[in-house]
Amino acid sequence: MHFGPHLLLAALEGLVTSAVLALTALGLSLVFGVMRVVNVAHGEFFMLGAVLAWAITTAIGGHPALGFLAALVIAPLIVGVIALVAERLVLRRLNYNPEATIVATIGMLYIIQQLALTFYGPEARPVEPPFSYRILLPWFGYSGYKLSVIAASALLLVATWLVLTRTKIGLVMRATQYDSETAQAFGIPVGRVYGGVFALGAMLAAIAAVLIVPISQAHYLMGQDPLLLSFIVVIIGGLGSLRGTVVAAVLIGLSDGIISVFFSPTLAKIIATLLVAMVLVFRPQGLFGTASR
Amino acid sequence: MSEASPAKAYGLHFGAIALLFVLSFLLPEYYHGLLARIMVLAVFAMGYNMLFGYVGLLSLGHAMFFSAGLYGAGLAVIQLGWSVPAAFAAGLCCGVVLSLVIGLLALRTSGVAFMIVTMMFAQVFYLIILYFSSWTGGDQGMVVPQPARVLAFGATSLDLTNPTVRYMSALGLFSLVLMITLVLVRSRYGRVLVAIRENEERTKMLGYDTFSNKLAAVVISGIVCAASGAAYALLFGYVGSGFASVQYSILPLLWVLLGGAATTLGPLIGTLFMYYVIDITSGYTSAYLLIVGVALILLVLFFPKGILGSMRQRWLGWLP
Repeated sequence: MHFGPHLLLAALEGLVTSAVLALTALGLSLVFGVMRVVNVAHGEFFMLGAVLAWAITTAIGGHPALGFLAALVIAPLIVGVIALVAERLVLRRLNYNPEATIVATIGMLYIIQQLALTFYGPEARPVEPPFSYRILLPWFGYSGYKLSVIAASALLLVATWLVLTRTKIGLVMRATQYDSETAQAFGIPVGRVYGGVFALGAMLAAIAAVLIVPISQAHYLMGQDPLLLSFIVVIIGGLGSLRGTVVAAVLIGLSDGIISVFFSPTLAKIIATLLVAMVLVFRPQGLFGTASR
Repeated sequence: MSEASPAKAYGLHFGAIALLFVLSFLLPEYYHGLLARIMVLAVFAMGYNMLFGYVGLLSLGHAMFFSAGLYGAGLAVIQLGWSVPAAFAAGLCCGVVLSLVIGLLALRTSGVAFMIVTMMFAQVFYLIILYFSSWTGGDQGMVVPQPARVLAFGATSLDLTNPTVRYMSALGLFSLVLMITLVLVRSRYGRVLVAIRENEERTKMLGYDTFSNKLAAVVISGIVCAASGAAYALLFGYVGSGFASVQYSILPLLWVLLGGAATTLGPLIGTLFMYYVIDITSGYTSAYLLIVGVALILLVLFFPKGILGSMRQRWLGWLP
């Protein structure tokens, strides 16, 4: 292949990464923005989504599309319920103290990871894509499923944006984010909003995982990379800023795809992590964010 | 931290050291080796406690200081053929340089950003170890050969692989760091650190340069953790990238929380307790991460002051 098509292929792969990353990071960003909680267990909710998708598709059998659609609905719901229970039982009792919640979510990370290892096992297991149509480009054939992942993610992002900006629920969430005490004084049930946002954040990660699992396999350690990348995206995009998160996800996903085609992936990770740490040190509001209050 | 009872405090600490010394002759072989390891790791926890307990800075990247000492000493012995004291010094130097650089950068942030920045720097450090795997042994790690682990004083020599020598070296390092911590936290400087933890703005207003005080604390913490890492490499003879992973940044946090943050003996108690819990439960289940996770959540929920912290609050107000 010549350089041009090679670059196109890398860019397409990068876009798939960006699509999944944007959803995952959006979940992390919502939770941080509204609750001021850094959810270290976010990657494990992602992993849980993928593992549940495998379990559901295996249990249903039949045509792959049937199982996949069921997984797309059921897996995020289960993950949402688990997150809601964790929020009610642990985070709420800590009064959302930032440092205590970090320690507690680290604890959740270990618990979820160990339970997945115990009940699911150390193997990586594939999930069949719902359809296997190949789109023929002049230079190479490309998986139609991967393109549909990009489209599905874009749709979900627009939907989340609409919910946040055009509905009553979104207004309540934004009010809580802006000033939770005043929101409470105006009769907004802040505690319930927190519970809902935490569950929603986990569900976004789970949906992203169900979308990606036919491409990469389900494995109990698969939550680690998305967690780190989501952190990077949220920091670059500005903590708690939705638009910044999406822009940063595309940027990071594309550069990750392109860099790791042409360079060593470890070196790419070293440079990316170091750059992001420097951004956090010298421009804590992110590259696109405005200074926080 | 009352002023009245320095004798009590020093007595307690000398008593603890004496007890550990006596235990060396009483314990069966397996627990003898385990306790030596626990003492070295307790030094790591004490270094962590210096920053987390007294200054209130929660770092999620202390594995890099530990492994700076570990690799500094290990590589000096394996790749350069240095002697044991020189390698230990090399480990300490790596710790000083790294903690100074990290401190200068990370202390520009605070709160949640500080945690994430330290975690990211530690991740970079971990990936660098993997990237240069032809030097560092990568995932597999390296074994420090037995002949290199001999401390020579002219004609006599001490073999660090001998269990008694190993235990006594670990105890020596532990006692030294314990006493330094005790003196430090009782000093003027220690009280400035606590003041920064309680209210940084007010401390600044009283005329203290909080940044350089915090930087000094990061460097002290880094040196102590590097000392623990260097001792680990030389005493137990294994250097591996696992010690630089996120997990080894979380473990000292767990040990300190369990034993009691901002208590001098808490790190030892926490390390000891956690090790024995894992040791006992490993007979029934291999799911030790589950225990770590549950312990973390239960501690922050119901027991945020830890074992010694709660004892100090209830009965022993004089406990340093």
